Amino acid sequence: MTRMERRNLVNGLLFASPYILGFLLFMLYPLAMSFYYSFCQYNVIAKPIWIGWDNYHELFRDSDFTTALYNTLYFTVFSVPLSLAFSIGLALLLNQKVNGMSIYRTIFFLPTIVPVVASAVLWLWVLTPDGGLLNGLLLQFFGIRGPGWIADPAWSKPSLILMNLWTVGTAVVIFLAGLAEVPKELYEVADIDGAGPWGKFRNVTLPLITPTILFNLVMGLIAAFQYFTQVYVMTNGTGSPAKSTLLYALYLYKTSFNYLKMGYASAMAWLLFLVIFAATVLVMVSSKRWVHYHGE
Amino acid sequence: MANKHKFHWVAHLCLLSASVTFVAPFLWMVSTSLKSEARIFPKAGGPPQWIPTADRLDTQGRRIVKVLEGPFAGKQGVELSAHEGERHEILVEGKTIALWPEEFEVEQRLGFQWKNYVAALQKMDFINNLRNTLFICVFCVVGTVISSGLVAYSFARIPWKGRNVVFLCVLATMMIPYQVTLIPLFAVYRSLGWVGTFKPLIIPSFFGVPFYIFLLRQFFMGIPEDMSAAARIDGCSEFGIFLRIIAPLAKPAFATTGLFTFLFEWGDFLNPLIYLQDDRQYTLAIALQQFQSHHESAWGPLMAMSTLITLPIIVLFFLTQRTFIQGITMTGLKG
Repeated sequence: MTRMERRNLVNGLLFASPYILGFLLFMLYPLAMSFYYSFCQYNVIAKPIWIGWDNYHELFRDSDFTTALYNTLYFTVFSVPLSLAFSIGLALLLNQKVNGMSIYRTIFFLPTIVPVVASAVLWLWVLTPDGGLLNGLLLQFFGIRGPGWIADPAWSKPSLILMNLWTVGTAVVIFLAGLAEVPKELYEVADIDGAGPWGKFRNVTLPLITPTILFNLVMGLIAAFQYFTQVYVMTNGTGSPAKSTLLYALYLYKTSFNYLKMGYASAMAWLLFLVIFAATVLVMVSSKRWVHYHGE
Repeated sequence: MANKHKFHWVAHLCLLSASVTFVAPFLWMVSTSLKSEARIFPKAGGPPQWIPTADRLDTQGRRIVKVLEGPFAGKQGVELSAHEGERHEILVEGKTIALWPEEFEVEQRLGFQWKNYVAALQKMDFINNLRNTLFICVFCVVGTVISSGLVAYSFARIPWKGRNVVFLCVLATMMIPYQVTLIPLFAVYRSLGWVGTFKPLIIPSFFGVPFYIFLLRQFFMGIPEDMSAAARIDGCSEFGIFLRIIAPLAKPAFATTGLFTFLFEWGDFLNPLIYLQDDRQYTLAIALQQFQSHHESAWGPLMAMSTLITLPIIVLFFLTQRTFIQGITMTGLKG
């Protein structure tokens, strides 16, 4: 090792030391312990007791767990593609170089910066069956008596999905940046070929923004699986009505901090990691078939 | 060309209606926060009332009404008495008549109720919660910016052995859901006696936050290498290069990091929920949730609180819009 190399190593480690230390303390150690706890009976106060695979076996006999898993998959499967399509739609409209584009962009982005607790309380009020804004407007303009939304087990998950559409602003901004990277010449070529707006979207725009779609899809999936604060606030931590909004992260929180079944909750956490990891890998593998990178 | 114009027009219409939909909840929030209890829940089946109103009163504090039925229909009068389940006595053109509530309407004027805000400030202990929130925000911003900056510099500008392996760790740990480390961290903080203090919320940010390390690294890598090389020849230390050359050039990236950290901590819910136990320590987000869970349909004060929590963030956004949009774009395209 030359003097230069040694100097770089010392400096590099020194500069990276906050992260290396933090990684050991706040990541590696907790990871190992969490894995260990998932095979234990543990309530934080007493020492953990080794029980082998019992926690994992119990998960599949626990009807609340199956409900939570189902609710989360339902939410993810509908919310992620719907939000993605909605944000692409808005970004495409904004990309038409209309006047006041930056004002529209600001309006779409604003809901994403509202503290989640505030927006959850606000939507609880908007979705209140009697006196709430949404049902009031439905009656005023369409003469429809709206459903109970978040208070009705059949409508509570659609309510969350609807509510989630309000916060697509981040994805819209990212899609806008992606759209700006599409070379103008390609549209000119498409014009010469006589392509209409749909043809241009289908054959030029869509293939070229697939990397951005992939990014937003993965981010959306990860966020959906961990969706927590909104349901906690809106149902006061219960997942009501009839456990219809008991999502995975909420059940995990209740298991650990209400029932103090920390070992069981650790097993749930690792399973969640596995599910997210599997979903991400699946998307990444499939992306080889549908994502086009520039210059390929 | 005509086709293109038509398309623009349609796009405008779509954007306009989407914008109205996006803004409506905000307006509803502010509108509700300014209404009296009676106005928040108007007559069943009535349309949503966007503009807060109050009853019009005459100089003696009597309600001014408009008669709807009978010989005096369309005339204005004042209400003399109002008893539940009885006809109300109305004075119209010098005569006193008795009418059922559905036979007249009380005239309305624009009326803002500020008492919801008073309730929000007092019941939620707003000032104290604001101080707690700002305390956490400021320390987290300082910690995140400094530590993530140093670590990012190491990954971007110092070629050291093993750097790639460690950087891979940064990327890998971003994939791990917080739920996995939540319980052991709680156990650790509990054994350190940190539960019920701000420490678990602040101290981790001094050890580099993977997302911002990544963001800053990408930015540092774009700064020409010969600038640091020149300084190195002049005998400048690595820390000096970071401080005097890289940091000033990377101001936008640092601003983004600080801004996003501030925003995250301002609205963070889960960590304060787990670690703060005394209501004197509550942040704004927790205080709002706690108030909501105890007063489920006090929509006036609840919307006033929501407005108070949201407003500073919106002001901050308008002051720093460019940094914001650039930051989002940076994470989306290079991420």
